[in-house]
Amino acid sequence: MTDLLTAVFSTIGALAIFFASIGILRMPDFYLRLSVTVKASTLGVGLLLICAAFTFSDVSVTTKAMAIIFFLILTAPVAAHMIGKTAYHTGVAIWKGTIIDELKGFYDEKEPESEEKDKIKD
Amino acid sequence: MTLNTYFDYVIFPILIISVILIMIRLFKGPQVVDRVIALDLIITTGIALITAYSIRSMESVLLDVAMIFALIAFLGTIAFSFYLDKQIKK
Repeated sequence: MTDLLTAVFSTIGALAIFFASIGILRMPDFYLRLSVTVKASTLGVGLLLICAAFTFSDVSVTTKAMAIIFFLILTAPVAAHMIGKTAYHTGVAIWKGTIIDELKGFYDEKEPESEEKDKIKD
Repeated sequence: MTLNTYFDYVIFPILIISVILIMIRLFKGPQVVDRVIALDLIITTGIALITAYSIRSMESVLLDVAMIFALIAFLGTIAFSFYLDKQIKK
C-alpha cells in the first residue's frame, strides 16, 4: 500500500517538474516562464517530499519534510515576485501577444523624478 | 517490479532530462533574469533529486541537504534581484 502511494505520488511529482522544465524552455516570454516555473516546481517537490514522509514512517522525517514544504510554499512566491519586479524595472520585453499590461505608465513617470532627486542631492 | 527499479528507470530519468532542458535555457537565456530563474529551477529540481535518492537508498539524513538547498535557492534569487535593481538605478 505504501509502495503504491509512493509510486503514484512520485510519478505525479516528477511529471510536474518535467512540465515546468518544458515550460521554461518553450514559453515565449520571461513573465510566462516565471509563472510556469514557480507553481509547477513547487507542486512537484511537495509531492516528492510527501513520498519521503510516507516511505520513512518516522516522526523526525515527517517533520523535516513538512518544514521543507512549508518553507518552499512560503518563499517561492516571494522570490518570484521580487525577480518579476526587477525584470519590469529593467525593461524586459513583453510578448507581443500579451493582451493587458496593468503596470504600464506607473514606472515610466516615477523614474525621471528619482533621477532628478539624485541630481539635486549630488 | 519493486519500487527501487521503478525509481531507477522512471523517476530519475525524468528528473535528469528536465535538468538538461533547464540547462539549455540557462545557456540560451536572452536576459540575466531568465538565467536567474533557470538557476532557481535547477536548484529546486536538485531538491527533488535529493529527495528521490533519499527514498531510493533509504537514508533519511539526506533530507537535511535538501533543506539547506531550499534556503540557498531563496537567498540566491533575492540577492540577484536586489543587486540587479541596484544596478539599474545608478
